[in-house]
Amino acid sequence: MRNSRRNFIKISSLGIGGAAVAGTAVHWASGKIINEAIPKSFQFKQTPTYCEVCFWKCAGWVTTDENGEIWKVEGHKADPHCNGRLCPRGTGGVGMYYDEDRLKTPLIRRIKNGKQVYEPASWEEAFTYIANKLNLIKEKYGPESVALFTHGSGGKFLGHFLKAYGSNNITAPSFAQCRGPREVAFLSTFGELVLSPERTDIRDTKCLVLIGSHLGENMHNGQVQEMSQAIDNGAAIITVDPRFSTAASKSKHWLPIKPATDLALLLAWIHVIISEGWYDEEYVEKYCFGFEELKAHVQQYSPEWAYGITTIEPQTIRETAKEMANAAPAVIIHPGRHVTWYGDDTQRLRAVAILNAILGSWGRRGGFYNPEKIALPEFPHPPFPKPRKTWKDAFPEQYNMAYEVLSTGVCEASIPSAERDSAIKGWIVNGTNLVHTLPYQQQTLEAIQNLELLVVIDTMPMEITGYADVVLPECTYLERYDAIRNSPHREPYLALRMPATQPKYNSKPDWWIAKKLAEKMGLGAYFGWKNIEEMLDWQLKKVGSSLKEMQKLGVKKLKREFDDLYFIRGQEIEFNTNTGKIELFSTELQAEGFDPLPKYTLHPEPEEEFYRLNYGRAPMHTFSRTSNNPNLHALMPENYLWVNPKVARLWKLKNGQEVWLKNQAGKVSYFPIKIRITERIRWDSVYMVHGFGHKEQRLSRANGKGASDTQLITNVMMDPIMGGTGMRGNFVTFLTEKPEKEEETL
Amino acid sequence: MRYAMAIDTRKCVGCSDCVVACQIENKVPEGFCRDWVVEATSGTYPKLELEIRSERCNQCGNAPCVRCCPTGSSFYADGGIVLVDPDKCIGCGACIASCPYDARYVHPEGFVDKCTFCIQRVRKGQRPACVEVCPTNCMYFGDLDDPNSEVSIKLKERKHKTLIPEAGTDPHLYFLI
Repeated sequence: MRNSRRNFIKISSLGIGGAAVAGTAVHWASGKIINEAIPKSFQFKQTPTYCEVCFWKCAGWVTTDENGEIWKVEGHKADPHCNGRLCPRGTGGVGMYYDEDRLKTPLIRRIKNGKQVYEPASWEEAFTYIANKLNLIKEKYGPESVALFTHGSGGKFLGHFLKAYGSNNITAPSFAQCRGPREVAFLSTFGELVLSPERTDIRDTKCLVLIGSHLGENMHNGQVQEMSQAIDNGAAIITVDPRFSTAASKSKHWLPIKPATDLALLLAWIHVIISEGWYDEEYVEKYCFGFEELKAHVQQYSPEWAYGITTIEPQTIRETAKEMANAAPAVIIHPGRHVTWYGDDTQRLRAVAILNAILGSWGRRGGFYNPEKIALPEFPHPPFPKPRKTWKDAFPEQYNMAYEVLSTGVCEASIPSAERDSAIKGWIVNGTNLVHTLPYQQQTLEAIQNLELLVVIDTMPMEITGYADVVLPECTYLERYDAIRNSPHREPYLALRMPATQPKYNSKPDWWIAKKLAEKMGLGAYFGWKNIEEMLDWQLKKVGSSLKEMQKLGVKKLKREFDDLYFIRGQEIEFNTNTGKIELFSTELQAEGFDPLPKYTLHPEPEEEFYRLNYGRAPMHTFSRTSNNPNLHALMPENYLWVNPKVARLWKLKNGQEVWLKNQAGKVSYFPIKIRITERIRWDSVYMVHGFGHKEQRLSRANGKGASDTQLITNVMMDPIMGGTGMRGNFVTFLTEKPEKEEETL
Repeated sequence: MRYAMAIDTRKCVGCSDCVVACQIENKVPEGFCRDWVVEATSGTYPKLELEIRSERCNQCGNAPCVRCCPTGSSFYADGGIVLVDPDKCIGCGACIASCPYDARYVHPEGFVDKCTFCIQRVRKGQRPACVEVCPTNCMYFGDLDDPNSEVSIKLKERKHKTLIPEAGTDPHLYFLI
């Protein structure tokens, strides 16, 4: 990192912008609320919003007092995402607004006395800087050389800007680093995506099968609520997880599988269900393609074969297969969400899709419903220029089934190499802390060094902001309008987000940033509306509502127009696949040169004294973005390393002891992590919650708390089908003494 | 009228939404809480059981904190809810020492504070903030004297327990098991 053109700058040296008001506005003390303690003079106001702390986007109401100070956010009762009940992150969302570490004013990287520093700038100065650079890149390399990484609602407007500028390279890490394999697998099987919120009919299911999916710890609200309903209804839950997760503790059957062998179990289940004749014959006959090939293919995968691989007893495999078959078609083998594990993930998710198909759960009550959302027309704008190339040109003949842009692909295409031109020269990054999000941290940093422009738009000084040329402070969701939430559900629903209060400091909403930048660059015609209210009102009126109505309602339910929620028995259905059928045997995978039926492959195992590094979620945090939120930090300030007591005894580890971790490539964790000795984890693996170990000092609460799993994920197993980055093939060992300090790279 | 709460341990996922909702609703100062989550694991891998409980003041019918308060600031309010009068409280901590559930803390402003079943909400006919927010809908609140309240119904339908019954405190926080 020495002599690099883009040194990491700690924003901490700057105390600029508006006066930092720490903490919440305490108008009355807690213990005093016993006798109508809230003064009668208080006039509370409620404004609608939808949550931005995760991507479930629950609708809610924000309560503010007469001074415009936010008190609380509560769920919207009419919203099917939350049914009036936000999750801890949504409830604690107010902390995003009150966090005194927020970015406060635009910053531009300048060289002063030979040192790189951030200088506070006006929005006008920042836009001029960015516009000049973008024009230069357009001239030199073409507009296709700019990419947008986004993981937030504001990305809609920034994406619109990028398309107007001339590039289609718009990417979210949620594809290649998360749910991509399941979407590609279900698309190639059923011709449709799983979508978000997932179309799983958990509410009415009789059997829910979770494979490494830790609902409850993964707090996707509507799903967790429905799982709770399913428990009330007496549904059988089957959880496959090497860790005794919260969901495992609620399950009728917990299968403590050996890590990295899930596909063997899935193939054995298919084997049992076919050989015992427990599949839905009528459904398979009518809707499925390639059953005979499947039957012949899974002949080899008996429960006895799977036992030696998975350590799950054949009797248990048969018993759980029977449990699913008894419940069918009201059974869900859940597709999961973060599924980029071992590089053969699309094939594993294909096996999940096939299992659902032969049990007839797709399109059936208690299985997978047919979601619907409405078409929301776009405000008129001139046609976008047609890009002459995309990121994909850097990877000829590769990842043809990646229907979304790969974040890691864009990152790789930003590094000059002998094989390919450095295709990408500028990044705009919004609401995603790429340093903690993408595996291969070294590659991310190398790519950043080769950029000609890096603009970061965020509410918080996340690590990625330290590498930017320009940092733009976005206001939080509680202070802004955004695009209408229009998500697929059992019925189509719209939800409005509007500002509950004025933006703090010198922060601005993304729609404003995108529009102003477009105007600066002569692209104002693409944002033809005066202000966002006009645009939203125009859109809403096209679908029989209005901004005024939505400001009052918050959430509006619309009528289903197309098909039914479930297939009707005997209904003729043309699936959106090559054969028009549910493809048990995938003609698309075959044409692309991949296995048309999933095959088990063996994955690397830890060497002696090393343990597989597993990671996951905690219900009160969303990745690394909430770790500094005052309300949520208080609930879980740091992550712990889960270690089985047998392993702890071997290493003489104690509860709460701090250790450093070293991975198979010798990479040592920057911060130590505390040990949690628990029976809830296998002896061949360790576990930590993702999103901790922040080096950025400006995150005053989160800095130095816990360890970062991302830093230790240096081995990535690439899914050749769609470019997913398998991240569960990393192994760590314990260092009980503080290691020699590594060269600072992050 | 006798208020009580029942919490379904089969549904609770330990997400701590009850904790954060309480903190925000009641302006509990940063670093303190009136309710908390306990995860109790038993057994050895892979024969395991996990009980998750959202815990708080048990609003005891025979409350040691009320008995031992030297200033009379801990008292029984409507529906048996145990409250602290912050103006009378001298912050001596006798109640904290006497509580078998460790449900009380000293507020930075010098008085003792704890769960009030959100009495300010209950008096308006609303449910406590924790009950209202719970995403798994695992918490039930109501009047034990009303046989049709959701808490009475749940206690009739389901096996349940209280914490440390041997302390003889007559707790009104029930766990459905």
